[in-house]
Amino acid sequence: MTYDSFYKSGGPIADAKAPAGPVEDRWTTRKFQAKLVNPANKRKKKIIIIGTGLAGGSAGATLGEAGYHVIQFCFQDSPRRAHSIAAQGGINAAKNYRNDGDSVHRLFYDTVKGGDFRARESNVHRLAEISTQIIDQCVAQGVPFAREYGGLLDNRSFGGTQVSRTFYARGQTGQQLLLGAYQALMRQVDAGNVELHARHEMLDLIIEDGRARGVVVRDLISGEITSYTADAVVLASGGYGNVYFLSTNAMGSNVTASWRAHRHGAYFGNPCYTQIHPTCIPVSGDHQSKLTLMSESLRNDGRVWVPKQRGDTRKPADIPEDERDYYLERIYPSFGNLVPRDIASRAAKNVCDEGRGVGPGGLGVYLDFADAIERLGLKAVEAKYGNLFEMYERITGENPYEMPMRIYPAVHYTMGGLWVDYDLESTIPGLFVIGEANFSDHGANRLGASALMQGLADGYFVLPTTVGNYLAENNLGEVGEQPVAEAEQRVKDQIDRLLSVDGDRSVDSFHRELGHIMWEYCGMERTEEGLRKALDLIPALRKEFWERVKVTGKGEELNQQLEKAGRVADFLELAELMVIDALHRAESCGGHFRAESQDEDGEAKRDDVNFAYVAAWEWAGEDKQPVLHKEALEFEYVKPSQRSYK
Amino acid sequence: MKLKLRVWRQNGPKDKGKMVEYKLDDISPDASFLEMLDVLNEELIAKGEEPVAFDHDCREGICGMCSLVINGTPHGPEKMTTTCQLHMRKFKDGETIDVEPWRAKAFPVVKDLVVDRSAFDDIIAAGGYITAPTGTAPEAHATPVPKPDADKAFEAAECIGCGACVAACPNGSASLFLGAKVSHLGLMPQGQPERWDRVVNMLEAHDDAGFGGCTNTGECTAACPKGISQDFISRLNSDYLKATAGGKKK
Amino acid sequence: MAVTGGVLVLYLVLHMVGNLKIFYGAEDFNHYSHWLRTLGEPAVPYRTVLTAIEVVLALSIVLHMWSAISLGKRAAHARPVKYKSKKKSHAQGYAVHTMRYGGIVIALYVIWHLLDMTFLVVNPKGRDATPYERVIADFQPSHWYITLFYIVAVLLVGLHLRHGVWSAMQTLGLRSPRNDRALRALAATIGAVVALGFISVPVSVTFGWVG
Repeated sequence: MTYDSFYKSGGPIADAKAPAGPVEDRWTTRKFQAKLVNPANKRKKKIIIIGTGLAGGSAGATLGEAGYHVIQFCFQDSPRRAHSIAAQGGINAAKNYRNDGDSVHRLFYDTVKGGDFRARESNVHRLAEISTQIIDQCVAQGVPFAREYGGLLDNRSFGGTQVSRTFYARGQTGQQLLLGAYQALMRQVDAGNVELHARHEMLDLIIEDGRARGVVVRDLISGEITSYTADAVVLASGGYGNVYFLSTNAMGSNVTASWRAHRHGAYFGNPCYTQIHPTCIPVSGDHQSKLTLMSESLRNDGRVWVPKQRGDTRKPADIPEDERDYYLERIYPSFGNLVPRDIASRAAKNVCDEGRGVGPGGLGVYLDFADAIERLGLKAVEAKYGNLFEMYERITGENPYEMPMRIYPAVHYTMGGLWVDYDLESTIPGLFVIGEANFSDHGANRLGASALMQGLADGYFVLPTTVGNYLAENNLGEVGEQPVAEAEQRVKDQIDRLLSVDGDRSVDSFHRELGHIMWEYCGMERTEEGLRKALDLIPALRKEFWERVKVTGKGEELNQQLEKAGRVADFLELAELMVIDALHRAESCGGHFRAESQDEDGEAKRDDVNFAYVAAWEWAGEDKQPVLHKEALEFEYVKPSQRSYK
Repeated sequence: MKLKLRVWRQNGPKDKGKMVEYKLDDISPDASFLEMLDVLNEELIAKGEEPVAFDHDCREGICGMCSLVINGTPHGPEKMTTTCQLHMRKFKDGETIDVEPWRAKAFPVVKDLVVDRSAFDDIIAAGGYITAPTGTAPEAHATPVPKPDADKAFEAAECIGCGACVAACPNGSASLFLGAKVSHLGLMPQGQPERWDRVVNMLEAHDDAGFGGCTNTGECTAACPKGISQDFISRLNSDYLKATAGGKKK
Repeated sequence: MAVTGGVLVLYLVLHMVGNLKIFYGAEDFNHYSHWLRTLGEPAVPYRTVLTAIEVVLALSIVLHMWSAISLGKRAAHARPVKYKSKKKSHAQGYAVHTMRYGGIVIALYVIWHLLDMTFLVVNPKGRDATPYERVIADFQPSHWYITLFYIVAVLLVGLHLRHGVWSAMQTLGLRSPRNDRALRALAATIGAVVALGFISVPVSVTFGWVG
């Protein structure tokens, strides 16, 4: 089967930076091989960082401390608000404090397997090695992790792993880790090593002689367009889940920084890999602006069910036991309600597609605690989940102690992102990409409590070594006027273009419609037919956007409509690439489920013969077919096997 | 639901600004407060008017970006809840709702309901950290932390930096924000070496930013969406006195 | 505020205890009044200790007021633009809302009280009377407005202490979750005892139980 009408095939691409040798020695080797910048010269080296989440914040703090001149931007009003702050569960580390058989190798193994064999072994091993240092670093910063009565750190098991390796701070681990990084960053701001610009959004990349040399930003308060040049540019701008409009991402999360870089030649890796989280609060109406995640831990005691009968509108309490379908327990007897995220999500979608969903619009399933309350007592359930139940009640107005919760899957994380090599450098020299913004370590599916680990590993430990090597190898002069002027002009043209359409449809209405297309055809289950349909719909919607969008106000002021419009314009382009990627990958793997590729039981069927590669997409120009470059994946240590949770 | 809104509109920092009335006819009680404002903005755009600018990001109560004084109360009528998690079912059909920005000299209005809270960043930069350069950290288990201390520190560290404490305080003081950070770090063994410098430097930054003094009214805790306790202000005062009068700050 | 407030609380308690001497009769009360002036004799001259106390008190009151005024000024400075809608209070306790206007009323009362009892310029009996007679004269039913003013001021003093004592401990960093309940109870007790103790005198005079 070929989809060559949608894309062009380019030459293969390879990660040239990971050293050869045993996987456990590679990072040590790379660190030793990396050239160092003379301490006296560091001050003269400028590094731009976009974003202040776990990856960007930790990178800024570390590079500032190292003596570089860091210039950092975030679109929020303070670096502390980056969306890493919302991560609930925890952070994995192979400390083996439980003596339960954990090790760097086991974390490595679990992550490669959990990623459904679509990640690089070298990268994942490095991540597992660094995981232990992250915990040390965060504890030294005063992060108030949960502790046991002896004063030592507590761990829990998370996301279906068999060892307890997750460190946590109640349900607010992301917040505490981010505040640790933020405080370290503010210390560097105070010391004058980091020049911080909050409420600034990167709108373009400055390229000179093929290298990333700076950015054009818009001051979101005054609307002023300014350029900053540097020796290297780091994108830590997060994921692109908001292409679906409704997601658990923050309202401002966007793909613009990454997409602008992509348009300048940075390849986009595996854009179709998205993670859909099974336990979110369902949509309640057209007004809905975002979805709220409920911690996965709820599935430890809650039982998931729907009525056996289609269109059953009785109250849950009125549905007798034998007319309920505890479908996860039925289909997956050994894992039951604890099957991995992608499986739980798809199963929910299937029962709703059959017309058995509950709540408004039939898009929800019950998560019932009646049995748990009977078995453990109300007190025990309250102690374990009290705050989550409160949050649920606040949002839905329903009391989960008395009636089952309604949950539905929602877009949560994007494993895809800009393609980077082992050094986290993109295909544009001097442009580094870290955290969720890159595609690197999670393969086709991310394990719970691994996002925080990756963001901090990249920012605290990997990037400072590799960006140093780049700066030591390349002594770059001042950036000329022309590339700066050109980049600024591009930004101004785009803003003028957005403002001049002056149509009759709001930005949000386009975003909603795009989200609907993506969720319908490029969501939990993808079919060739649906994806092809999306490929017709998206370009048409994009065309309409540029004919009918209404952006109020001016460019030279605080203009939230203009901000949104620019982001949606980029989502409209990204969406098409996601669909093309999903269409070309005619296999099911991790977060990407192709209906055509399943076994007789309806389980995902991976195709290692044809698809054991990273799809790195090159931008070919507006309305031109993107070019696919394949990076072959080899597994020397963890032999690919089919997942089974039956 | 039908609603009458009175919203503070202000074109820019220099504009005088005023309350402007809007009527909404069809709001779902399941909508959040910010989603209700989204609906208002969609209607304004359709009429060709400027939508209302307001800060928001995560919409799940943790980033601290949303603000709004609703009917005279920061984050609105529901306790321990940020504006983004406040839902319209908490209001009556036909109700008139006043929506204003945080009011403080240190939080100047940028536009409409958007204020500049960078003074909080300045306070953190003045000492709200533990100096631990990357790579220098000892093994995490080298320093046990008594569980009660760690738990208490966590309660202080829960602060989301939204500024509701300042908005609610009759004195426009940021003592709760300040006390929470001083306490979080001061309760951890890792935070001891810088403890006395930290409290003095952060308090100076607080005063320099133009925040008011604390008179222990307790409005801050009552407004705090995370319920941060006034205990941490007592701790702040204690540490400050020990650092200065007690001569602990060298 | 906390330190000067502490001095004033201590004084108020002593003052109230002294006032209660009136229930022992005119002689005891006048004697007490005289003893205050001769305290420390013969080691120090007449009225030395009392004058010293008065100086400390005056200083405390001035500093207390100065702190209050500068906090108020700072508060006004910290919020130059007020809220349009009426700001709702959610803090616990009524006393906390009486601190500012209560303080002003108390200050006005103290001025009148000094003119009445110390400088004797507004007292119905004036210079020629004994302290006991002056008190009795003040609180006759015909002078009900004086009594009312006194009672209102003293009730405000009670409320002032109710919040002030607790607040002082908070300001000095001595309050903790462990002692909070005890401190609140202590503040309430001091406030109530001082208010009732002071009020008992004019009420007794008005109703003729004393005099």
